[in-house]
Amino acid sequence: MAAVHLTRNDFDEKTKTGVVMVDFWATWCGPCRMAGPVIDELSTEYSGKALVAKLDVDAEPEIAGKYGVMSIPTVILFKDGTEIGRQVGFSGKAGYVQLLSKAGI
Amino acid sequence: MSDQVYDVIIIGSGPAGLTAGIYTSRANLKTLLLAGEKWGGQLMLTTLVENFPGFVDGIQGPDLMMNMRAQAEKMGVEIKEEEAVGVDFSKKPLKVGPYLARAVIIATGAEFKWLGVAGEEKLIGKGVSACATCDAAFFRNKKVVVVGGGDAAMEEALFLTKFASEVTIVHRRDEFRASKIMQDRVKSNEKIKIKFNTQIAELFGEQKLEKVKFTSGEEMAIDGLFVAIGHAPATDLFKEVIELDEKGFVLRKQQVKKYKMMTSIEGVFTAGDVHDHNYKQAITAAGYGCEAALEVEKWLEEK
Repeated sequence: MAAVHLTRNDFDEKTKTGVVMVDFWATWCGPCRMAGPVIDELSTEYSGKALVAKLDVDAEPEIAGKYGVMSIPTVILFKDGTEIGRQVGFSGKAGYVQLLSKAGI
Repeated sequence: MSDQVYDVIIIGSGPAGLTAGIYTSRANLKTLLLAGEKWGGQLMLTTLVENFPGFVDGIQGPDLMMNMRAQAEKMGVEIKEEEAVGVDFSKKPLKVGPYLARAVIIATGAEFKWLGVAGEEKLIGKGVSACATCDAAFFRNKKVVVVGGGDAAMEEALFLTKFASEVTIVHRRDEFRASKIMQDRVKSNEKIKIKFNTQIAELFGEQKLEKVKFTSGEEMAIDGLFVAIGHAPATDLFKEVIELDEKGFVLRKQQVKKYKMMTSIEGVFTAGDVHDHNYKQAITAAGYGCEAALEVEKWLEEK
């Protein structure tokens, strides 16, 4: 199952509660395209425990700006709307699993 | 550990490794390619590749690598996105992590070099970047510095001019080693300034990069810094295992004389930027990958 794409219309709503991991990415970024399938995999594996989602920084530059994203891929982990960790640069699946473990899952 | 013995294990998934895989698989050799989680090599961080033959209008680096990978997989290469951990070449079959093979091709390429100056590490992703093509868009109408003097630095600088208001290339020597065509493009671009004989001493900023200080003591307010000072051969795994030169490149020792891609250990071959300190091009890496694959095929036949 592919990870859900967030937009300005649902970003706050979707990240407000629970554990949410958001992959800030763009089509023109090579490492983002490596990360894409891994994020999709994780969204399936963590289904029910966490929402693993993507955010296209081209489409939503304001949200990227709000969170100070200046390098992609950047993956930010939220718990109940608060950032509790981030991973800058593609870290492989293991890196993202480790990031998710910060939320106790 | 499985008892399966591959004909060849290729370590690395850049142009050298994938080309080698295409050739060995086509020669009906059972091939395992350890790609690493960050697969695809240096071209994954580039934009338009204009000098790889066969693409009239050029091709995006990541597209080129995805195509090479798809082609290798179609030919039957088994690709695992795993890092190679620990090699044992002291006996046959050769061992790479838990996997066994009759021959090995080392095509691990080269690793990105950071500047190693104070302030750099904590500002990575906060203005300090290794990839202009990934991050340039975050520097719209901002001031940025590119460090380096090779083709990669020129490409990054030119790409950044599409977004940044001002791009300064900082290079420690008094001339670039980039190809003439890239130098000409840089020098004729009005947005690009050049500072030769200049090195970075320290980077400053808390939430994000704010200022750079040069070794001369001069300071400059900037928003972004892109590092492009080259790569070092990725040979940590092979230290004390095969012979490397003083800079860490794999040496082609031709353990069996007629195989020019063979290392100091019989049956272990090499290809690409991990041994090549001269050319370092996508096409030469691919060429070396082909040579190594043909030699593996021949060597296995003769065994």
